[in-house]
Amino acid sequence: MTMIFGVPMAVFMGQLTLGLVNGAFYALLSLGLAVIFGLLKIVNFAHGAQYMLGAFAALLGFRYLGINYWLALILVPLVVGGFGMLMERFLLRRIAHLDHLYGLLLTFGLALIFEGTLINFFGVSGARYATPEILQGGLNLGFMFLPTYRAWVLVAALAMCLFTWFMIERTRLGAYLRAGTENSQLMQAFGVNVPLLITLTYGFGVGLAAFAGVLAAPLYPVSPTMGSSLLIVVFAVVVIGGMGSILGAILTGLGMGIIEGLTKVYYPEASNTVIFLVMILVLMLRPAGLFGKEA
Amino acid sequence: MATSHTTEAVNLPSAVQERQRRAKFRRNMFYLALLAVGLVAPFVAYPVFLMKILCFALFACAFNLLLGYAGLLSFGHAAFLATGGYVTGYLLASYPGLTPELGILAGTAMATLLGALFGVLSIRRQGIYFAMVTLALAQLMFFVFVQSSFTGGEDGLHGVPRGSLFGVIDISSNLAMYYFVFAVFVFGFAVIQRTVHSPFGQVLKAIRENEPRAISLGYNVDAYKLLAFVLSAALAGLAGSTKTVVFQLASLTDAHWHMSGEVILMTLLGGVGTLLGPLMGAGLVVSLQHLLAQSPLGNWVSVILGIIFVVCVLSFRSGIIGELSKMYRKNFK
Repeated sequence: MTMIFGVPMAVFMGQLTLGLVNGAFYALLSLGLAVIFGLLKIVNFAHGAQYMLGAFAALLGFRYLGINYWLALILVPLVVGGFGMLMERFLLRRIAHLDHLYGLLLTFGLALIFEGTLINFFGVSGARYATPEILQGGLNLGFMFLPTYRAWVLVAALAMCLFTWFMIERTRLGAYLRAGTENSQLMQAFGVNVPLLITLTYGFGVGLAAFAGVLAAPLYPVSPTMGSSLLIVVFAVVVIGGMGSILGAILTGLGMGIIEGLTKVYYPEASNTVIFLVMILVLMLRPAGLFGKEA
Repeated sequence: MATSHTTEAVNLPSAVQERQRRAKFRRNMFYLALLAVGLVAPFVAYPVFLMKILCFALFACAFNLLLGYAGLLSFGHAAFLATGGYVTGYLLASYPGLTPELGILAGTAMATLLGALFGVLSIRRQGIYFAMVTLALAQLMFFVFVQSSFTGGEDGLHGVPRGSLFGVIDISSNLAMYYFVFAVFVFGFAVIQRTVHSPFGQVLKAIRENEPRAISLGYNVDAYKLLAFVLSAALAGLAGSTKTVVFQLASLTDAHWHMSGEVILMTLLGGVGTLLGPLMGAGLVVSLQHLLAQSPLGNWVSVILGIIFVVCVLSFRSGIIGELSKMYRKNFK
């Protein structure tokens, strides 16, 4: 069997794919955080809870309404995103004029509410969500066995990232969003409905989290706490990459996933902590983050 | 700095001086009354419950020093509470000859050291990034505690002996323990009170209000922030160490990010940037948890805390003490 640095090739490639898949989730979630942060200037602490709500919506939609995976992939982000828009309209907007730390605290409180409520109904042990039939099984690539679903997650997540990039960089709405990020008061003076733009942006960011949640449902146990620990890692990823650029968020997310996967191969004890250690290193060497613009 | 303050005081008109003197007298009387309440309290309420409140109140006061006076929102203060607790618990459990105050000192020292380390790293970023960095660093410590052998991993440390203070005063009874915890709290509170009202505290407030201006005035802002961070971490560690001696256990609950959130809630509810707010907030949150635990709503604690969080942020951001003092100033001055 081929060995890579003393590890069987199949194990190495297996962990690398696992890492890439995790990285795709980091990328999707940090992208959503960055989009929201750009315009609203708040860190959405409820992002993990909204990702979890996405997974739960897929699970419950299947269980009670018979909504299949593909439909859920489209419907759930819309529903959860719409719910996010209501949150923005009725809660976040009321504190928009205050110090942005209050936004962090408010969304933290909301995350506690969502998580706690679902724990009461579903407990902390996760439920299983069946992988759609076409995506079951795997491909034997000769040097490794690639589970089809993981491959699909990678493709779908990257496609979504690309779509987001296209929306923001190449469409009129995206141009508004970028302009609003630079100077929202001037935008308003030019006659753009900035409050509506803010609501839509928040909804879009939340929708991205929910999309990630649906993708994750067949992969990880669906439990109320699935989002919070993931979110803290995503925060570290955001600190490493900086929230300045979309491409930066995607690259950092994938890169951190790969580093985590490789750590699992060579020094499993540190696999939980390696991203935080990278964060410390980045803070020491390049405090603004790898792609950060702030001084 | 210090000299300019005194000359200013001398030049003040005597009426203002008189009013300040009277305000100071009233404040001292108020603190004396509080002290008396604290001394009598264990005969009225269950001492263990009071000790829990005092430990968390010290923790919240330490956190408030950072958020309320330096304007730095740390989302990772659980790390210092847990470090103090684990180090003290481990030392007292493994070296039976060690007296509790030495164990507490060692725990506090480790938390201080960790605070210096975290502080150096986290003050490199500002605002929300600061919050995210501290949260991530605390999560790193959480995993360290889970995987280390000295912490007992998932089980935590149990049966930590209380021992005798200085080798002579037996603190195994709850009443004796209470007075020790009360003394620790009063010490911590006095340190914070002194810090806030010192020239150092004034500079911290200046940094909170306008950092670029403080820099342009020639203050080494990073050094001030770091010192505040270390002091806050040390007092949080002291709270954790004391808590371990009281309850004779140290567990992962203290290291979890929920704990970092709880201390924010206590401070916010009582009043950010007020001296008594964290005490009040800690009292309310601990009592609420205690009441809910026995009621049918026991499973809804975190939801209810979340709702309080949301209500606090939306409608009374100055907290209870903050709103009260606003009302007082409006109506009586």
